[in-house]
Amino acid sequence: MKLKTFPRGIHPPEFKELTDEKPLESMPPPEKVFIPLLQHFGSPAESLVSKGDDVYLGQKIGEGKTLFSASVHSSVSGKVLGVDNFSHPGGNLVPTVSIANDGQDRFFPEKKEIKDPLSLSPEEIRQIVREAGVVGLGGAAFPTAVKLSPPKDKPIDTIIINGCECEPMLTSDYRLMLEHPEDILKGAEIVRQATGAERIIVGIEDNKMKAFKTLEKLAENSSTEISLVKTKYPQGAEKNLIFALLRREVPRGGLPFDVGVVVQNVGTAKAIWDAVSCSTPLYQRTITVSGSGIKEPKNILVRIGTPFKNAVEFCGGLTDGVDLLVMGGPMMGIAQWSLDVPVIKGTSGILAWTSTSPPLEHACIRCSRCIAHCPMGLVPTQLVKYVKYENLAEAENWGILDCVECGCCQYICPSKIPLVHWLRLGKSKIIALKRKKSA
Amino acid sequence: MNNSFIIQSSSHLKEKESVPKIMYAVIISLLPASFASVYFFRLKAVILLLACVAASLLTEALFLWLSKKPFHSLWDGSAIITGTLLAMTLPPSLPLGLAIIGAVVAIGIGKQVFGGLGYNIFNPALVGRAFLQTAFPVAMTSWAAPALAKVNTATLATPLGNLKFQEAIAQGTLTPLKDLFWGNIGGCLGETSSIALILGGLYLLYRRTIDWRIPLGILLSLSIFTGIFWLANPEKYASPLFHLLAGGLMIGAFFMATDMVTSPIAPSGAWIYALGIGLVVGLIRLFGGFPEGVMYSILFMNAFVPLLNKYTRPRILGERRKR
Repeated sequence: MKLKTFPRGIHPPEFKELTDEKPLESMPPPEKVFIPLLQHFGSPAESLVSKGDDVYLGQKIGEGKTLFSASVHSSVSGKVLGVDNFSHPGGNLVPTVSIANDGQDRFFPEKKEIKDPLSLSPEEIRQIVREAGVVGLGGAAFPTAVKLSPPKDKPIDTIIINGCECEPMLTSDYRLMLEHPEDILKGAEIVRQATGAERIIVGIEDNKMKAFKTLEKLAENSSTEISLVKTKYPQGAEKNLIFALLRREVPRGGLPFDVGVVVQNVGTAKAIWDAVSCSTPLYQRTITVSGSGIKEPKNILVRIGTPFKNAVEFCGGLTDGVDLLVMGGPMMGIAQWSLDVPVIKGTSGILAWTSTSPPLEHACIRCSRCIAHCPMGLVPTQLVKYVKYENLAEAENWGILDCVECGCCQYICPSKIPLVHWLRLGKSKIIALKRKKSA
Repeated sequence: MNNSFIIQSSSHLKEKESVPKIMYAVIISLLPASFASVYFFRLKAVILLLACVAASLLTEALFLWLSKKPFHSLWDGSAIITGTLLAMTLPPSLPLGLAIIGAVVAIGIGKQVFGGLGYNIFNPALVGRAFLQTAFPVAMTSWAAPALAKVNTATLATPLGNLKFQEAIAQGTLTPLKDLFWGNIGGCLGETSSIALILGGLYLLYRRTIDWRIPLGILLSLSIFTGIFWLANPEKYASPLFHLLAGGLMIGAFFMATDMVTSPIAPSGAWIYALGIGLVVGLIRLFGGFPEGVMYSILFMNAFVPLLNKYTRPRILGERRKR
């Protein structure tokens, strides 16, 4: 049988063998946590606490007021040390609640009465998910409640649960599928309930056969389909996965809603289940700490707000000569300048290795490899030229806003041109211009 | 833990392929044809190859120095390729001075005045050759016989010249396909041995260095075009196989038209470009004033590449198909 997949894309080395056999390990909460009030794009949550307050584990400490923001919760019990600007793995300073852990893990006492999750109405599910601060755990950290609220004129027929984990080195989703498959499938069921969809498809790359078999066995007597897809990067990119599984193309500038689909990462599905089944807010997540620069690579369950330093120390520390620290996967992750940043909801991994000296950049020789591998069907080299010469109108005509920054072009470029960097620059310039115009 | 970390844009992984690796793969792929040229034309071939490569490198170095560009790009291999390709398209008996002039023009005017590697519109080696052809037409059409040939006249015609001007088919003197295939014929230095060129081309295809659409498209369109005339009148027109093996078609299809810088970037553009080259070669060979048309057809289609790039943008995922 030919495996389902999308056109183009790349096959980077996987490096998953470093951690794929390492069971999820619970990391003891650190002495201090730093919880940013903004953990995704959009507007920051409003702080509900101030210096000196006593907080419980799971207590809401930041309220997401607008549609595109999410509430944040304390990941330890203890005393609030302050609400100040603090380094964020996104690269800027963000208002952050710092809390001294009292080591008690006193859970928020007013636990709400829990109804049978399967009897909840869509509106109740959305309410619980929003209250629990659940966001997409694949990396982009999009508020999940928004994804569970399709517009009325766009009926949803299919839920896709994304178990591709196509980024090299990351294995925490894989471990979740092996160790908590019931929670993932139950979470998927809740998503279906909230959106009124008929089908659930779980997409898993064929390098994770064990996870595929585990889930397939579990789903044997249900209508949930477990579907194997080809191991190829970026198979887990939303639009590419929808195409691979359903042959539907999300229109340019559109959302999966437009083709009747909602995509949720396996980790998000589990977080949704945790929220509705035992009203646990999102205060911890699984991450992979890996790379040749980590002494004991592991998959760990870690509290949100744990400094990278503590997580790395829990994994044996850094080896000598490490010069690259990345949050997320090696293809789309963000390079970090310091270990003094906290784990946030969108942190899927902490990776460290020694980079080879930066390769010499050559002129573009128009080899067109970036075109042959762009999963979105773009012409990266031409887009970058338009950005370099400030021809933003043409860049937009040629589809720069369709770029998902997956990094295939930059990976494959023989001239070692930082294409994604230029593409990002062009996109942000165009978006800034649009804002100015509409303002 | 007191590390300092590199800050860079993602992606943090990079494939090992690089511009120098691509260029040196092309150089390796030219080795069979270079050895064939030395085998057939002996010392003349060695001298021409060395002179063209040396002159290309010196010209490149001069322009890098003048334009204050980093010198590492001198060794990216592209100037060596231009020099080798130019030498291969020259008649073996060409005076050394003219070959050097050709190399200077190829790098200087064909490549560097446009801004260097990546910015030129026309294939540099062919610009050099076109200049020599125009400025020194007699020297560029005096052919020496290969060292192994029994005849040894200074004005031996090429197989294509024979076909066009000597009524070779009617006279029964058309060059046998076997000689075209192995290369024991008169002609430009590196063009004569089809087998050596095909071997190099296959290596580049296997390595995925060149776009397979371009050689395939050229071979297809020339075969179809010349095939139609051959079927209509085999007394007058040579077979498609003769046209594929003769002249500069193989070196053009595998090594010159496939130059990344001067060929289209999108797959559909590559098809149009390749089919166009094959067609123009056929038109020139059958109806033009010259016996051979590979050089002009590639230069001609090079000129259309910016236009093709503009109008053959691939379809973006989720873009509506035009009705």
